[in-house]
Amino acid sequence: MSNASSAPSHATILPNGWEMVIGLEVHVELDTKTKLFSASPNHFGDEPNTNIDPVTLGLPGALPVINRRAVELAIRLGLALNCTVQASTFHRKNYFYQDLAKAYQITQYDQPINIDGFMMLPGDVRIGIERAHLEEDTGKSTHFGGTSGRIHGSDYSLVDFNRAGVPLVEIVSRPDIRNADQARQYVSELRSILLAVGASDAKMEEGSMRCDVNVSVRKAGEPFGTRCEIKNVNSIRAVGKAIDYEARRQVDVLESGGTIRQETRHWDDSEGRTHTLRVKEDADDYRYFLEPDLVLLDPGTEWVETIRASLPMLPAARRARLSQLTGTDKESEAVYVIVERGQDDYVQLVADAGGEPARALVYVQQAFAEEGATPAVSAAHLAALTQMERDAKVTATQAKTILAEMVANGGGDPAAIAAAKGFEALDTSAVEAMVDAAIAQQADAWAKYCAGEEKAMGALVGAIMKASQGKADGKVVTAILQSRRSK
Amino acid sequence: MSPPSDAKTTPKITAQVVAKVAHLARLDLTEAELALMTTQLTGMLDHFGDIDKLDLSAVTPMAQPFPIKNVYREDVVVPGLDRQEVLDNAPAPQDGRFRVPPSNGSES
Amino acid sequence: MTSEFVSVVDIVGSIRAGKTTASDVLEQHLARIDKRETEIHAFNHVMAESARANAASIDADLKSGKERGPLAGVPIALKDNMCTRGVPTTCSSKILEGWKPPYDATVVTRLQQAGAVVVGKTNLDEFAMGSSTENSAFGPTRNPLDTSRVPGGSSGGSAAAVAAGFAAASLGSDTGGSIRQPAALCGVVGVKPTYGMVSRQGLVAFASSLDQIGPFTHTVADAALLMEVIGGHDPLDSTSLDQPVPSLTAVLGRGVKGMRIGRLADMPDGCEPEVLARLDAAFAALKAAGATIVDIALPSLSYCLTAYYLVAPAEASSNLARYDGVRYGLRVESADLISMYGATRAAGFGAEVKRRIMLGTYALSAGYYDAYYGKALKVRRLIANDFAAAYQSCDVILTPTSPTVAFPIGEKTSDPLTMYLCDIFTIPSNLAGHAAMSVPFGTGAHSMPVGVQILAPALGEPTMFRVAAELERAS
Repeated sequence: MSNASSAPSHATILPNGWEMVIGLEVHVELDTKTKLFSASPNHFGDEPNTNIDPVTLGLPGALPVINRRAVELAIRLGLALNCTVQASTFHRKNYFYQDLAKAYQITQYDQPINIDGFMMLPGDVRIGIERAHLEEDTGKSTHFGGTSGRIHGSDYSLVDFNRAGVPLVEIVSRPDIRNADQARQYVSELRSILLAVGASDAKMEEGSMRCDVNVSVRKAGEPFGTRCEIKNVNSIRAVGKAIDYEARRQVDVLESGGTIRQETRHWDDSEGRTHTLRVKEDADDYRYFLEPDLVLLDPGTEWVETIRASLPMLPAARRARLSQLTGTDKESEAVYVIVERGQDDYVQLVADAGGEPARALVYVQQAFAEEGATPAVSAAHLAALTQMERDAKVTATQAKTILAEMVANGGGDPAAIAAAKGFEALDTSAVEAMVDAAIAQQADAWAKYCAGEEKAMGALVGAIMKASQGKADGKVVTAILQSRRSK
Repeated sequence: MSPPSDAKTTPKITAQVVAKVAHLARLDLTEAELALMTTQLTGMLDHFGDIDKLDLSAVTPMAQPFPIKNVYREDVVVPGLDRQEVLDNAPAPQDGRFRVPPSNGSES
Repeated sequence: MTSEFVSVVDIVGSIRAGKTTASDVLEQHLARIDKRETEIHAFNHVMAESARANAASIDADLKSGKERGPLAGVPIALKDNMCTRGVPTTCSSKILEGWKPPYDATVVTRLQQAGAVVVGKTNLDEFAMGSSTENSAFGPTRNPLDTSRVPGGSSGGSAAAVAAGFAAASLGSDTGGSIRQPAALCGVVGVKPTYGMVSRQGLVAFASSLDQIGPFTHTVADAALLMEVIGGHDPLDSTSLDQPVPSLTAVLGRGVKGMRIGRLADMPDGCEPEVLARLDAAFAALKAAGATIVDIALPSLSYCLTAYYLVAPAEASSNLARYDGVRYGLRVESADLISMYGATRAAGFGAEVKRRIMLGTYALSAGYYDAYYGKALKVRRLIANDFAAAYQSCDVILTPTSPTVAFPIGEKTSDPLTMYLCDIFTIPSNLAGHAAMSVPFGTGAHSMPVGVQILAPALGEPTMFRVAAELERAS
């Protein structure tokens, strides 16, 4: 995801004043030990039908009892999304499908647990969150025979109920998103928040975070157009591609005089296009009614406030803190990446140890991609390295070499490494002497440089670096040359 | 669920509606069953029209007997069912799973 | 009490005193099953073998001084909609024929822990939908007192099993009167506890917000004992009340002196005069015992039938959707999933179940919800309010359990609505979630038994049982 929030914008501009209107419905599996309504394990990747019990299988007589931890995680997420947490109820959504054991899904309908939140995206874009409600996941079907394991034209399916009943939160955004970049930023930020609050492992590749994308187009300022829902969007990259494809498809249809049908479409990642999955029919009649086997869920102010107090600092606040510490733009890639890796606390430690925060940010971004939140290199050692570079005891290039060695060895004193490598940075008077020597030897270049030909400086610098065997600091050399010229 | 409207006139049921309801309920009914069902449901719904004369506008719906709240289970795994015992009861077990005919993507 | 049979309390006492054994008691009951079961058809499944093993183990334990619980050695029958591990649980439906649950209902576990010996699974109207036990896929149950007549329903098999002496007690489930009405028609005691007092875990759901399990017994004291065993909080049922069962066996002798007994000022039409006469006699008996009779009104009573026959089928349409041929039970193989569903459910469900699924699906569907289900929930509130007002001036209410005595088999099968009218007195306590029970109180037309129903508020079981005990003394 590190590329999502801050990758250069290539937002598709639709022709002829068309505008995209995008809403996202993101399902995330909560990181609980057991299912939402029963005590069998919530665990990905086990043998089929081994995490089952009477409730999971919808056996006659089985009754649901809600998992307190799932409720707590849903509230954590809701608070992190600036939602209001309220007393809530469960409904039955009735429909027949092979992987829905009871032929109804227990979900929240008109009284969801979290409502009216928002998320901020770069550029102070505010995306409303309509609701973030609890519901149970379905089982999983594998289709066999026919063409390429697709559902259409298959010969039969085999159903595994391990996933059935896994707790989900469905986060429904308002249709406030206006382009694919924002959509990707939204999903990426949501993922960071999920990880930060410990609500989910948010692995799109394992399906613990799944996006349905609602796309419509309209002429700017006009009412919303008919929307299509795109399913099977399994990566943040695909979110962007599917939206751009679908919006252009809709514009093409409308511009050629057609109309958009309200339908569910399937994103085919390999073909890079969406297909009609099913047309919304009158037959979609889910006969919602209050789930009589469950009771009111009213977490109460005290519990909600206890949970609020236990929330960690959220990614946006951490980015602001890191931005302030390092003097770097809070929407810069470095700031996003470090916070996402959870290495911002480490940068703070480096600063606390007397290090240069801005240099530390660059070092950590460049060298610690494979490290966790607590890199093996001690904060004190990294602080020392930034000081050595600041004090021109080593050049930037040498510092990089030293850092690579520190990372490779899982730590080490940068001064010792510098000494071992013979990185005794030259002091300024020695460099000045070399500069004077170079000016004398390369009189032509010097004349051109003095006449304003900046390129000529290259030859001078090259000669000096050669004479110093690379130990002179390039920046220092440039500074001396500039000061000589301006005299 | 749309907001309560307390419609005063109860709708009439037709064979077409009965057929649609049968499909929603996944019940294949024969023509004869559909006809009988239409007659019987009409009779019942006529009788059930008695509540139309009540003024229910100020009445709160009651879906459950008691206002119980906050019944939780702790997040602790309890050993579940034996897969073989479950599959022994299944109409078409295969490879540790439940085999079903193709669905043609009616839901996903 | 039907004098030829021994009560649960007496069986427990005799076994404890060493006068008889669990095995002997069981054999007496099995002998009666042998003699009359073919004629009555109370059971879907008799568990003679496991019952014998169970009784023998109880005898061995008791002999070695080991405690085996308050029902040690009592033969008990279970309505065949309660899950019994490894033992077929059919709900008298073809769709579940042959299904062996991999788990026990909470009540089954509690009975076993109390030392009860389960003798079999009893017949019912398919999925408990009916008032005569004629809607069973495996044929009707007959009333042991007159085999040309129905035993009532839907727990007709459980009522008949006790009335015929096949079991000393049984469990049924009551969604709109399915325990009390057959108890009345078979001349035994039947209790519908306060909603949430007995766990529904493992009870195959009909209408989840109305269903309650309760006992059938020969005596009020037996019913009290059974309630104390099967009741109480169950963490596996979210709607289970978080409190212990009040002591019932201890209050039976306390009489009704000073109690206020409610009498409906406006009795609905359709009751047999002999039934009303027995009700009057019951009031007279309670008055003689020191109670005061108070006229009360339940203005919404006549609308309960409509509320019930919309709410119960609506919930049932959802509860019975899981019978889809995928994981258990019947499957009719078809080329695609939708056809498999339609064919399986068409073949697996009987006419009454289909009718109620249709009615419930319709009542919940888009465009009709407000007109039917939504309104029914409001009528449900009205009857609860009516009861709250009535209980300001009385402690319990007495009504007939059923407007009629047991009717001949086949009499009401052609018109579902006539059958539904059997439930007029029993439905309101399910809608409100209140306690209610039926006590035999003499006979009416054709010398068939009449039951008097005692209605009590939520958790009003102690008062209700005191009244029941008084009626039993007077009958």
